[in-house]
Amino acid sequence: MVEAPPALEARSLSKQFGAKVAVRELSLTLPRGEVFGFLGPNGAGKTTSMKMLLGLVRPTSGEGRLLGEPLGAARGRARVGYLPEHFAFHEWLEGRELLRFHARLLGMPTRGLDAGVEERLRRVNLADAATRRVREYSKGMKQRLGLAQALLGEPELVFLDEPTSGLDPLGRRLVRDVIRELRQRGTSVFLNSHLLSEVEVTCDRVAFVKGGRVVRDMRLGAEERDLEVEMRLERTTATLVADLARFGHDVRVEGDRVRMGVSGEETLPEITRWLASQGVGLYHLGARRPSLEEIFLEVVADDADAVLG
Amino acid sequence: MTPMRSSAEPTGGIPTQAPGRLRAVTIVAHLTFIEARRRRILAAALLFGAAFVVLFGIGLHFMARDIRANAPPAQQAMFLNLVTLTALYAANFLIVMTSVLVTIDTLAGEIGSGVIETLCTKPVSRAAVGLGKWLGCWLTFVLYALVLCGGVLAVARLVGGSTPPNAGRGILLILLEGTVLLTLALVGGTRLSSLANGVTVFGLYGLAFVGGWMEQIGTMVGNASARYIGITASLLVPSESLWQLAAYQMQPPIARDVQIGPFLTASVPSPAMVGWAIGYVLVALVVASHLFRTRDL
Repeated sequence: MVEAPPALEARSLSKQFGAKVAVRELSLTLPRGEVFGFLGPNGAGKTTSMKMLLGLVRPTSGEGRLLGEPLGAARGRARVGYLPEHFAFHEWLEGRELLRFHARLLGMPTRGLDAGVEERLRRVNLADAATRRVREYSKGMKQRLGLAQALLGEPELVFLDEPTSGLDPLGRRLVRDVIRELRQRGTSVFLNSHLLSEVEVTCDRVAFVKGGRVVRDMRLGAEERDLEVEMRLERTTATLVADLARFGHDVRVEGDRVRMGVSGEETLPEITRWLASQGVGLYHLGARRPSLEEIFLEVVADDADAVLG
Repeated sequence: MTPMRSSAEPTGGIPTQAPGRLRAVTIVAHLTFIEARRRRILAAALLFGAAFVVLFGIGLHFMARDIRANAPPAQQAMFLNLVTLTALYAANFLIVMTSVLVTIDTLAGEIGSGVIETLCTKPVSRAAVGLGKWLGCWLTFVLYALVLCGGVLAVARLVGGSTPPNAGRGILLILLEGTVLLTLALVGGTRLSSLANGVTVFGLYGLAFVGGWMEQIGTMVGNASARYIGITASLLVPSESLWQLAAYQMQPPIARDVQIGPFLTASVPSPAMVGWAIGYVLVALVVASHLFRTRDL
């Protein structure tokens, strides 16, 4: 049996607007069924990256595939849902009319189109507002309508750009539940978000982007998430720091402490044994799993060039 | 909250099959036409179009009464034709304005607001989106133009008792003129903001207008340079020359000979201008499609 291609593959995608580099050498693969969070400060290039993957923005260089199809190909887009950041829609249409229009553009067959639209309206709690003009919707209602639009046609990959920016806590929970249902169905989700607490509970994996470049890519499952290790050593030399990198990543010296990331607890005894074999005294060793917010702040505040390993 | 069904269950909507190009064009055209209706563009246009026709009818009624009482029979028909042509000239101007106004915002506005993003991530080509929008705007414009011109001709017939010669051909030329400008507004909308687009297209119309008159006056006074510049402007934007062709067609032969009034046709645009304008529209559509396809959204 031929294995389905990944939901998304990007190789060295870059986008330059005049002198400004919006996205620099973006490379990532999104396996089927994975919920992926794309994190970074404002202006980091998250939305431009998403638009390149969707074929809205042409990459300056690099290439990619969406569900096995080249970026921008209609066959790929037919199986993709997209909720844009500003969720602007034809405001003079009624909610139901808008979804029907998008369903027709997707090529949903007439038989079943209405049922599909009604199901999405119910799912985002807009069935009662279906005959109202979108112009009369609140910000949150428009965003939920946008979500319903992104779910039309059973997409295999859904892009959500800041999907909870206009929502109250109930609306946020709805988005979280929808993402969970998509994962259960095997649908991949590519999520841009600022809300780290939401990302933490919904995403399988995240990548941090800064200045148009992915500076860290990590899994989020509790047992899979990297440990942050802090050590106080008898001495720290450049060679020692470089050698420690074999046990993990991001090795750095901060004052009299050495900090680094390791993939799991089993690495800790390996480090202590190795330090002993090198004759380096270990005065303190601590390990913990930092919150996503701590990592975010660290990654965003960091000068990316100073990261070792 | 209602949970979504799992993929194993039958759902309304799968499997999807990307709509064919023609189907995509008609879906977008239909939406664009509904937009003109919902945003009351069509209602406003038709309301003031009807007001224009009524006003013309009242004016013509009194003028016809005077003309019939005072002018010798031979001149009556020519005067009534002149009055009708004047009304058509005003209608032509309104039609030109409307053809541009219904179109300047259709792409530019949706690109500016971001509405276009969820359209262009559907499995339809941008060419189909652009062509659909053109078609929707064109249908709106044609409806308006037919109401306006049809109204003027009906009033001329019912109140004035006359119809300009070659009226059908003249109306088709006016429609082609509007189509040229409407298509230019679509081209501009692929890259310019709505306002910049409007300013640009009306600017081009102004060039063609001045060029058309330079051609006429240059021919009359025998100035080859003025005539040449005028013809060049007409080729670049073939709108005014289409009106001149329409006016020429709808004048009685005697008026053509004496070359009087605002519809003088000292230099009659070549009938080949029609072919040129049709080709111009087709090329402009291809250019619009290319500019839209190759831009970032």
